[in-house]
Amino acid sequence: MSEGTQRRIDRSQMRVSDEIAIQITAMNKWYGNFHVLRDIDLTVHKGERIVVCGPSGSGKSTLIRCINRLEEHQQGRIVVDGTELTSDLKNIDKVRSDVGMVFQHFNLFPHLTILENCTLAPIWVRKVPKKEAEDTAMHFLRKVRIPEQAHKYPGQLSGGQQQRVAIARSLCMKPRIMLFDEPTSALDPEMIKEVLDTMIELAQEGMTMICVTHEMGFAQAVANRVVFMDQGQIVEQNSPQEFFNHPKSERTKLFLSQILGH
Amino acid sequence: MSEIHAQTVPFVRETMLPPSAPPRSEAGAVRWLRDNLFSGPMNIALTVLGLMILYVVFQAVLPWLLHSVWNATSLGECREIVARTWGPDASGACWAMIRERWPQYLFGFYPADLYWRPTLAFALLFVALAPVLFSGVPRPLLWFSAVYPMLAFWLLWGGSVWWWVMVIAGLALTYAVFRLAVLRLGAIVAGTLAVVLLAAWSVYAVAPLSGRLDQVIPAAITPVASDRFGGFLLSITIGVTAIGGSLPLGILLALGRRSDMPLVKSLAVGFIEVVRGVPLITVLFTASLLLQYFLPPRVQFDIILRVIIMATLFAAAYIAEVIRGGLAALPRGQYEAADSLGMDYWQAQRLIIMPQALKISIPGIVSSFIGLFKDTTLVAFVALNDPLKGITQIVRSDINWKGIYWEPYVFVGAIFFLICFGMSRYSMYLERRLKRDHR
Repeated sequence: MSEGTQRRIDRSQMRVSDEIAIQITAMNKWYGNFHVLRDIDLTVHKGERIVVCGPSGSGKSTLIRCINRLEEHQQGRIVVDGTELTSDLKNIDKVRSDVGMVFQHFNLFPHLTILENCTLAPIWVRKVPKKEAEDTAMHFLRKVRIPEQAHKYPGQLSGGQQQRVAIARSLCMKPRIMLFDEPTSALDPEMIKEVLDTMIELAQEGMTMICVTHEMGFAQAVANRVVFMDQGQIVEQNSPQEFFNHPKSERTKLFLSQILGH
Repeated sequence: MSEIHAQTVPFVRETMLPPSAPPRSEAGAVRWLRDNLFSGPMNIALTVLGLMILYVVFQAVLPWLLHSVWNATSLGECREIVARTWGPDASGACWAMIRERWPQYLFGFYPADLYWRPTLAFALLFVALAPVLFSGVPRPLLWFSAVYPMLAFWLLWGGSVWWWVMVIAGLALTYAVFRLAVLRLGAIVAGTLAVVLLAAWSVYAVAPLSGRLDQVIPAAITPVASDRFGGFLLSITIGVTAIGGSLPLGILLALGRRSDMPLVKSLAVGFIEVVRGVPLITVLFTASLLLQYFLPPRVQFDIILRVIIMATLFAAAYIAEVIRGGLAALPRGQYEAADSLGMDYWQAQRLIIMPQALKISIPGIVSSFIGLFKDTTLVAFVALNDPLKGITQIVRSDINWKGIYWEPYVFVGAIFFLICFGMSRYSMYLERRLKRDHR
């Protein structure tokens, strides 16, 4: 369990509203003949912090990548913030600009400075004036505690710093929903804490988050719901207290014993 | 405490060691010689062999260069001077020919009183290239770079300036219509409309309008026909235009080849494979002979223009493949990051993908450019006077220079080398300047 979650979490801002942020109904996806996602139903309300976990190959990454259409689903419906994802490119670009995504391997743009990484999309997609975009970028870089790195290139930063820049880059688009795809899996143990702290702060401010992670400490501290997936299906979802202390399915029990056992 | 014993008891380091300089024997010229030239029997043998080859080459070439003659009016006179000064068996280079024929090597049969026009165009080429090649140059100069092609063509071929003004007006009009239409009708309809408009403008509007304007305000300079062009003027005109045209075309072809749209993809693949599978000379012959059969009888396409188009298409196919290599080297994550920020296809390509893919492809792209520039000498096969074969043949058919053999090729080769070496050095500079990933 990570050290980063031992501190006290302020849950006062972490309120779940009745408004629906994401609605997935009867969604299926295949890679060729391989049925990756089977009959997924998931409703996410505004302000929810959802942790998705499960063994590798269970389809959890594919699921959140479907939410901003990095992957295409073949059956069922995905509605994000009132916009349904179809092959209509306008809808896809709208959803993508409103949904932030943080990747396992950061995916910063190596040919641009940290500041340019953060201002590029606001300037070109949101048509924000350059000065304003830079102010916003510096605001979020201060928030993730690396404003002094603004004029360096991503290759000069540590993994943890790069991932925090990636989070700031997403925030600069003022997203309503943030997706995290194993944000700490590629990091050295020393750097996991700084990234988790940033994510916890974000949760405390009431951001709607879906996070694929193996950081069970983070799940217990921040999540209001844990979704467990196996073989492309949602096997169990529950509050973290119930999920960790009284898992219902045998598959969940086995998984928890394997990751918490050592 | 003995060394061995020291390792067996628990140990805590109290002072950290500062870094120190390497031992003397690890540095200096002697060390370098031993490492690189005499490190083993095989290496010693190769060093000796290399020195012997160098000796043989220099023994043959050096006297020839040292005995050079710069002032003479014929090859016979050259030989006489060499024999008189260095003895009857001596050989010497006869650069006097270059001295006499220098303008012809530069301009071909371009009218001598108009030499200033290509010279000016060449000088302005550097002004136009500066903001494209170097980042320290003021950006507004890019406007000059955009107008430069028309200005240069006008200077080289002459004629009415209004003709080119009408061409620029047509381009501007097309662009304006496209920008207006793209918002209401979408990219495909607007693009088609723009192409149709541009074609109609160039067929029906350019000539009559420029003729009318010419009557009102005459602004024409002496026209020069394409068959007067030759030498390096020809090579550089074809080379620079084809280089400038093949890069954007190559980028589009590379993107086409990776497109999800089957029609675009198969067109791009088909074009690239056909063009790469055919020798350049075939393409040039097509340009000079066959093309005329397919065009309406009264349409006369300038031969240099035809060759430029073919050379551009030819180089574009190679550059497309080089750029495809750069595109393939980019991790998928870069595309996904651009997508996840809501960028559309062209924004992602322009801001994220191309800057990185082109940087990776610089060595390959510049190789293609160098190859293309050297290939401009092949226009000799369609009866144009390239510097290597065309002009040299003309020089040698002069009774005074009959039999001169090495000097023209060495001279032309040296100039090609200078230009190509310059391109190569620039590409290395660019790679260094863009090296930002610090990996």
